[in-house]
Amino acid sequence: MLESVKHVILILSGKGGVGKSTVSTQLALTLKEKDFKVGLLDIDLCGPSIPYLLQLEGKDVHQADGGWVPVYTDNDQKLAVMSIGFLLNNRNNAIVWRGPKKTAMVRQFLTDVCWGDLDYLLIDTPPGTSDEHISVMESLRGIKCDGAIIVTTPQQVSTEDVRKEITFCKKTGIPVLGLIENMSGFVCPSCTECTNIFSKGGGEALAELAQVPFLGVLPIDPRVGTLLGKACVKELPDSPSAKTFNEIAQKITT
Amino acid sequence: VAVLDIDICGPSQPRVLGVLNEQVHQSGSGWSPVFVDDNLSVMSIGFLLSSPDDAVIWRGPKKNGMIRQFLSEVDWGNLDYLLMDTPPGTSDEHLSASTYLSQAGLTGALIVTTPQEVALLDVRKEIDFCRKVNIKVLGVVENMSIFVCPCCKRLSEIFPATTGGAKKMCEEMNVPFLGSLPLDPTIARFCDEGKDFINELPNSPAVKSLNEIVKTKDDEDSLPASVV
Repeated sequence: MLESVKHVILILSGKGGVGKSTVSTQLALTLKEKDFKVGLLDIDLCGPSIPYLLQLEGKDVHQADGGWVPVYTDNDQKLAVMSIGFLLNNRNNAIVWRGPKKTAMVRQFLTDVCWGDLDYLLIDTPPGTSDEHISVMESLRGIKCDGAIIVTTPQQVSTEDVRKEITFCKKTGIPVLGLIENMSGFVCPSCTECTNIFSKGGGEALAELAQVPFLGVLPIDPRVGTLLGKACVKELPDSPSAKTFNEIAQKITT
Repeated sequence: VAVLDIDICGPSQPRVLGVLNEQVHQSGSGWSPVFVDDNLSVMSIGFLLSSPDDAVIWRGPKKNGMIRQFLSEVDWGNLDYLLMDTPPGTSDEHLSASTYLSQAGLTGALIVTTPQEVALLDVRKEIDFCRKVNIKVLGVVENMSIFVCPCCKRLSEIFPATTGGAKKMCEEMNVPFLGSLPLDPTIARFCDEGKDFINELPNSPAVKSLNEIVKTKDDEDSLPASVV
């Protein structure tokens, strides 16, 4: 049910813990601030983070004639969200599913949700190059997918996995819209000394090596992770993170 | 000790253990793991890929087949500890590890988290997974807990523990809390370069904490063990 969705963008990483879901939610909120109608689909079935990050835990998904109605962040219905997190009875419950069952769920999320008219559908994925990723690619065949945004941290232990994610995109024909280097540098609030806790520059170097666009750098800013449902570009407008989110939104919407 | 890296899509152990370009050899007795040291060996799909750009784009059944091969066809020799490094999640790799080792005896699981709620949210599910498949939770380690500015020594929470961090989660979930490891950028660099930070950075607070955690577990376990 993606016929009325103008742009589909995947958010990928090879590595876990790099901030993919935080980037996905902040990008969705940034686009909403710019008055686009946005959808955010969370296909991380084992670790669905989107409901928590958008403060939507406990919300119910309703069935309509055409399919499932997504959860909206507020009454103006500018940001629609779907996640397996909404279908769990208890937030501590594990989804212990093998590949085939995960594949079926991903397909359902893509075909049975009444997204309505959307300018942008962002799809947040788990780390890796496996069932969820293969299934989403298969389900998106025939639907125009703008491409993928890939998130990494600067360390080689991260970029090493992200290189494989770029290969996945090339093999499956997904254009790489660009790479984001997250957790790049920490400025001490006391003395303003900047420490590259997870190294620096690895994302930018990988973008050059793999010949994909570099979308920008997000520094470590503990405030961003605690924004929960609020747009960084609105709450922390002067922060380096807000600047980068605005730039990325600009690049993907032009 | 041996490390089995069952993160099939994102194998990191070859790099972190400093054996990135090593080869795996086959003999009559099976595959030989790569030796990092006389008493530390490792097996990973990373050794079987010909280029760092090679992606393993496999569905669950094929990943399970690889894990079964690693467990049954590698000549591990006599081991005190087999540590299995898993990818994030509660899916094929984790189910396979617990199923294939159910006969051999899986001592339990060490769970690693960072302090912030978005991580704890997934870790509670991991603990639930362990309970569902009868894997004993040996304990939880909180990684990247605190950062000490090298300039002014101020402590900063990079990943704010707004819901009490791993310690509180462990109390709520009734599992042992093993300790916290502070963030040390030098360790991050050592992992990238495959250097032995345990021996080369003995004064790092993170290394000291890690040694304390290992000492505690070693005192408690006296039998040969496999740990996920």
